[in-house]
Amino acid sequence: MLGFVIQRLMQAAAVMLVMSALVFIGVYAIGNPIDVLISPDADQHTRAEVIARFGLDRPLWEQYATFLGRLLQGDMGRSFVFGMPVLSLILSRLPATLELTLLAVISATLIGVPLGMYAGYKPHSPVSKAIMALSVLGFSVPTFWVGILLIFGFAVQLGILPAGGRGQTVNVLGVGWSFLTLDGLKHLALPAFNLSLFKMSMMIRLSRAGTREIMLSDTVKFARAAGLSERVILGRHVLKLISIPIVTVFGLELGSTLAFAVVTETIFSWPGVGKLIIDSISTLDRPVMVAYLVLVAFLFIIINLSVDLVYATLDPRLRKGRG
Amino acid sequence: MTAPVLAVDDLATHFFTRAGVAKAVDGVSFAIQRGEVLGLVGESGSGKSVTGFSLLGLIDPPGRIVRGSVKLGGEDMVGLSRERLRALRGKRIAMIFQDPMMTLNPVLSIAQQMTLAVHAHEKVSQAEARERAIRALIRVGIPAAARRIDDYPHQFSGGMRQRVAIAMALLHGPDVIVADEPTTALDVSIQAQILTEMRELARETGAALIWISHDLATVSSLADRIAVMYAGRIVEEGPTARVLRDPRHPYTRGLLGALPSRAVPGQALPQIPGATPSLLRLPPGCPFSPRCPNADDACRTEPPRATEGARAWRCHHPVMERAA
Repeated sequence: MLGFVIQRLMQAAAVMLVMSALVFIGVYAIGNPIDVLISPDADQHTRAEVIARFGLDRPLWEQYATFLGRLLQGDMGRSFVFGMPVLSLILSRLPATLELTLLAVISATLIGVPLGMYAGYKPHSPVSKAIMALSVLGFSVPTFWVGILLIFGFAVQLGILPAGGRGQTVNVLGVGWSFLTLDGLKHLALPAFNLSLFKMSMMIRLSRAGTREIMLSDTVKFARAAGLSERVILGRHVLKLISIPIVTVFGLELGSTLAFAVVTETIFSWPGVGKLIIDSISTLDRPVMVAYLVLVAFLFIIINLSVDLVYATLDPRLRKGRG
Repeated sequence: MTAPVLAVDDLATHFFTRAGVAKAVDGVSFAIQRGEVLGLVGESGSGKSVTGFSLLGLIDPPGRIVRGSVKLGGEDMVGLSRERLRALRGKRIAMIFQDPMMTLNPVLSIAQQMTLAVHAHEKVSQAEARERAIRALIRVGIPAAARRIDDYPHQFSGGMRQRVAIAMALLHGPDVIVADEPTTALDVSIQAQILTEMRELARETGAALIWISHDLATVSSLADRIAVMYAGRIVEEGPTARVLRDPRHPYTRGLLGALPSRAVPGQALPQIPGATPSLLRLPPGCPFSPRCPNADDACRTEPPRATEGARAWRCHHPVMERAA
């Protein structure tokens, strides 16, 4: 197992290196931030000075080498726009996204998997058909539209839930968290639901397909022949068998939602990293973009590594021959 | 003769598919005593496996038992509530399947699967259930059972996996064990071992054993009695030696004639002409008549069940002379 982890960490380092180069070149190609940073009526002297200060007069490879050297020392640069270190800028926004995303993905799993298993267990019942209709809806209706509907219904018409913001937060470990206060939870409810709808649909489909297939297998027939009750068969045999694809999707969704919860964060004016990256793209705040994307790649690597480790605990057949 | 432990009467299981009604089992009757081994023989699609599943009430839609009775110790299992049926399965009637790789759950340890099976019928402590499971494994000849019980199915060989499945079936000392081709997926040498061991175990525990197989040779070495199935019905049944030596039904005779062990070296193996009929469109009367050398107009009507001592057959024109 240790060998496996070391091997994966080395792969991860290689992926990070390639990723950082791609991101750097990609962002370099987007446009020149100088036009945004310097007011058009600045004189030639000021222009040259600012360009030199940000190191933008250097060739691409030299800029990249400088960036890489600083990255290795834990310095991801300073934001052109905010003038503060990029890392602390991102970290100050991350908790908001983290709690929103975790709540959305976890509740999507906890609700979606049982619903999907039921739909797979009784594929012809009216309830199952309703569940599947819900999942089609969750897949096909655009997130922004559902978000606006939610605000319209719950915040404007009924007035029971707030339309945006994080609400009251509690400081733990130096950062504010909303989910620890009632007011914060109220603010979380709508955006988390909005974000989880698509993932819930995915979980429903995934667990339904898995359950349907496994219910017809000899494993289930043999368990039935041994006199196991349907509840035990579903809870012990089937759930464990369908959990590998579910864990995979859980990891992927967690990563992509953490990185790109942009639409929901914008609609509910949730001050997370999704909003930060959109803002920095529009202002061509290069260090923020690069650092953000590198962090996202890092996040994906961590999540994938954890998913692989979870696989090994779920499926004994994967424990051998690794490393 | 004591009352049979399992008595099946006019059992019919039909599958209601979009293409029509498939009469997989249609009027099967037999009885089996404690400690007896009954071989249920037939080719693929003859309804022998469906018969096995019907005995445990394990028919999934669109299939359904449409008539008949399955009396286990006097209690008719057809029409029982789901919960009552569940309470009987694994406890008084158990089943072993063809491929142990497919039946055991690959992601649960043997201990987990066996304790679930113990707890399905008895409220005992986890330790007690584990102890019972280990004893069952020892009985079927798993070496170092106490240590290996925490292994997973993929860590066992095919023969050992099937032994685990047999141990699970024996956990509660069932009255009847239905074995659906349990040796087909195994090596020939392992087949013979499992076969003899199963016979011993059935004899020791006094369980009745129903051995379902397409392999007449295997069954003949094991079974006290043989029932030959064709197109959803038992066409001939009787003590193994007598059926093999002196088959009455032309189909049984054809099957025996096609056995490689009886063939003359250098000559083509005799075959039964034609193919098994579709269960959706069975010919009227005797389903074997289109392939039967003895068939005539009488075979268009349902053949009567004839008996002679311990044996019975369903044929208008039984083979009365000794098979060559």
